[in-house]
Amino acid sequence: MKEPIIKFEDFGFQYDAQAEPTLKNINLEIFPGEKILIAGPSGCGKSTLTHCMNGLIPFAYPGESTGKLTIQNKEAKKLSIFEISKMVGTVLQDLDGQFIGLTVAEDIAFALENACMGQDDMKKEVRKVAEKVGIGGHLEHAPDALSGGQKQRVSMAGVMVNEVDILLFDEPLANLDPATGKKAIEIIDQIQAESGATVIIIEHRLEDVLWRDVDRIVLMKDGRIVTDAPPDELLSTDVLPENGIREPLYLTALKYAGVTVKPESKPQSIHSLTLSEADEYLVREWFHARKTAEAKEERKVLLKADKIDFTYENGFHALKNINIEIQEGELLAIVGTNGAGKSTFSKVVCGFEKQQVGSLAFHDEDMKNYSIKERADRIGYVMQNPNQMISKPQIFDEVAFGLRQRKVPENIVKAKVEEVLKICGLYPFRKWPVSALSFGQKKRVTIASILVLDPQMIILDEPTAGQDYRHYTEIMEVLQDLHERGITVVMITHDMHLMLEYAQRAVVFSGGKVIADDTSANILTNPQIIEQANLKETSLYDLALLCGIEDANLFVQHFIDYEKEEKRG
Amino acid sequence: MIQLFNYIDRVSPIHRLTGASKLACMLCWVLAAMVTFDTRYLIALTVFALALFRVSRIKVSEVKVILIFSLVFLFMNNLLIYLFSPEHGVSLYGSRTVLLTFTNRYSITAQQLLYHANVVLKYTATIPVVILFVSTTQPSEFAASLNKIGVSYKISYSVSLALRYIPDVVDEYHSISLAQQARGVELSGKENLIKRLKGATAILMPLILSSMDRIEVVSNAMELRCFGKNPKRTWYRERKFTPLDYGTIVLGFALIAISLGLQAVNGGRYWNPFL
Amino acid sequence: MKNFSVKTIVAIGIGAALFFVLSTYVAIPTPIPNLKVSVHYPVIAVMAMLFGPVAGCLMGLIGHFLSDLASGWGVWWSWVAGSAFFGLAMGFVGFKIDLAKGDFGVKGAVIFNVVQVIAHLIAWGLIAPALDILIYSEPVEKIFLQGAVGSVGNIVSTAIVGTILCFAYAATRAKKGSLKMEK
Repeated sequence: MKEPIIKFEDFGFQYDAQAEPTLKNINLEIFPGEKILIAGPSGCGKSTLTHCMNGLIPFAYPGESTGKLTIQNKEAKKLSIFEISKMVGTVLQDLDGQFIGLTVAEDIAFALENACMGQDDMKKEVRKVAEKVGIGGHLEHAPDALSGGQKQRVSMAGVMVNEVDILLFDEPLANLDPATGKKAIEIIDQIQAESGATVIIIEHRLEDVLWRDVDRIVLMKDGRIVTDAPPDELLSTDVLPENGIREPLYLTALKYAGVTVKPESKPQSIHSLTLSEADEYLVREWFHARKTAEAKEERKVLLKADKIDFTYENGFHALKNINIEIQEGELLAIVGTNGAGKSTFSKVVCGFEKQQVGSLAFHDEDMKNYSIKERADRIGYVMQNPNQMISKPQIFDEVAFGLRQRKVPENIVKAKVEEVLKICGLYPFRKWPVSALSFGQKKRVTIASILVLDPQMIILDEPTAGQDYRHYTEIMEVLQDLHERGITVVMITHDMHLMLEYAQRAVVFSGGKVIADDTSANILTNPQIIEQANLKETSLYDLALLCGIEDANLFVQHFIDYEKEEKRG
Repeated sequence: MIQLFNYIDRVSPIHRLTGASKLACMLCWVLAAMVTFDTRYLIALTVFALALFRVSRIKVSEVKVILIFSLVFLFMNNLLIYLFSPEHGVSLYGSRTVLLTFTNRYSITAQQLLYHANVVLKYTATIPVVILFVSTTQPSEFAASLNKIGVSYKISYSVSLALRYIPDVVDEYHSISLAQQARGVELSGKENLIKRLKGATAILMPLILSSMDRIEVVSNAMELRCFGKNPKRTWYRERKFTPLDYGTIVLGFALIAISLGLQAVNGGRYWNPFL
Repeated sequence: MKNFSVKTIVAIGIGAALFFVLSTYVAIPTPIPNLKVSVHYPVIAVMAMLFGPVAGCLMGLIGHFLSDLASGWGVWWSWVAGSAFFGLAMGFVGFKIDLAKGDFGVKGAVIFNVVQVIAHLIAWGLIAPALDILIYSEPVEKIFLQGAVGSVGNIVSTAIVGTILCFAYAATRAKKGSLKMEK
């Protein structure tokens, strides 16, 4: 048996500023060349565990640790952060934060510069590593000329120049579109195969990570390790949903159909999954027992975009002849890669940018002469990062801000704010400072602060980005509630689950054009659109094919409907 | 995206110089022009600066915007000086030669004109050099250059970080500002100044908080890649000095020496033809 | 100087970037034509209080230097020095008021404003004009009027914007211990 490369023994950690330890009784051995996935809901301690392994604890975040942590047989306590970073390379979640250099080459060279390497060696080394991660053609590019996926590769190269034996990925999928995320998982796999490094991935998007095999999944909750098992074993239990992690959709579908998943059927990926005749029969039965969909009622058109064309000052032609109709009370998803035009479209709708050609009509009225503020009275816009919207320390004041700016009398302000706080599930916190809230709660504060202005339509940029399953569900329940109250909800998103589960209709942008406008189920089972828009087919599609069901889109639709029923009941 | 440093890629001897020698020479040049009030020397510096501009192959049209800015600023400044102190030159040069009289207070004297010429020449002698530095030096090389001329590498890296994150902060400012405008914040328009300033805090607060987050992430990222481990560091973008670079630095110091020498000759900072 | 923490180095860079962006892109019109009030000084004041006088000084220095360099009117050293001095002075306030721990009350507001008024007066009423007179031999009256106008605008914007920002920032750092949910 090999020696573990990282070993936690009865390890615990408590931040100086906190009353309770964040990590308790951690016992974990990671062996050289292994690939480990660490999962768990937010606040479970997985980032703290990461910081312990890369040395940021205790160097950047002071606190008290108990027990023992050894990295390559050296006790971590006795090492400096510099010594640790010779062994452990970390790719952070925030790709812009990690990209420190002014160009790709400089960023990759950063660690070498700090090690005082001579320039000739440095240039050779940078070129070599850049080729390895496939970014060699972009050495002179500045960060804003790169896509998210490319920035991530630069980050990888930037830590690989240190020739580390352990690579740590902190939520590598958080900022990537589905297809790029898939690619990132492939690159990580390939790097490991070539270098033999030990890879540790921290991520709660389990199904996406499992696109390539991992050796073990470590599941954490409340600062402890709940389970540490190979994926096939772990996925055959109910431990994931019980601990607030979403299991792969195909497994949920199998459970709905009454199939018992066993480790022998290799459930770790839809591609390795084998089902018995009897299991396949169960799935087909479940599918055939579906109710036929109710006919959709025709609603009035709320927003009509007619032949919108927009080019930025720098000459970037972002929107090309966009025609979209959004109906009253609809819950709609807008999807596509970065730069496909979806954010630009929402900016044009909100009046932040003015289209050069075409018109926007709201309730059949041309919005041409509406100011930003006037549009905001009708169409609310919620930014992706709540920290970029919140300007008041108190929740109540933050939500009241828009009304007070509009000089609404204080007694009405109070009534309205309390009402929206109730809708957003924040009423019990109304006297709290914003800083005491979690990221997901802050997000709901920003939704409340827009809602208070009584918009008929609300546009949300990535409403669930960076959220674990519980917070995701909380936010989506709020949006579902708004939708039921008749407010039109438009979500700009990368999240295929979100689109599938909640959006009735999805509009797909690619290269500044709308390339599809259909139900989510139809879109996510259409390989051509998936390919073009950097989406990812849902595993339900593969499951349907595996079970011999030809109408994969109907199967997906049935799953969505069934799940909605389940949740309601 | 904004183009902070208006770098213009060309093949010229000035582009070939390292950032460090250009920076050193620019700083010396500016200092020399600041110290002296010898009109002849300022004219010589101006001619020399314009000649260098030719050598760099940068076209005037490419730096038009910057140039217009400078001219407007120059004009305004001179106008203000004249309005406030039409006899300033007279007191500096200790004689009064009237050329034209408007009112009791405002007249045009040869001394005042010479003083204005000096102020203008101080600009024309330095601005081309600054523009030249900015448009022939890659921003990437700037930090390495600062380090080379003696600034500690940590502070040099602060400058590099500022250049790196300015575009990100601009984007962030714009998106926060638009979202707050939608909620009713107005920075211009009908509100009174105090209201507007209060409104500005609704944009600045999120900007500060997210900058604090950014500081934490970036410093973690740097720490994890061993920034600050050694008392010095090497630079990917640093370039080796050629004889021309040494020449450039010598030139810089020579300009200062001339400037000081002229002080001794003129018996003070002013060259005074009215004596 | 050599013992700067990495965090301080980054703070100087980001602080300078904030200075650059706010001074280049944001100016709030006043009732007086062509006179605009800028908001980078209150922001630098907050950053300087959080990261200390040396960091504050360098934020002002680098931020102002870069914005001058990019603007086209040449580097106006006297005013760069004023910004550096302002950052330095406000950094010392941070020794008295621990903003990072949420310590900013009426007393804090008084100290903050007394120091900022003095700092602005010294920066634009003394340092910048003195250098302008030294370098350009500009007439004293003109220089001091410019200084006075600059000081007043900056003092007003730092007083209003800066004080609000300090209160708001301190509130985000408040203790989280005693919070209860209310039905």
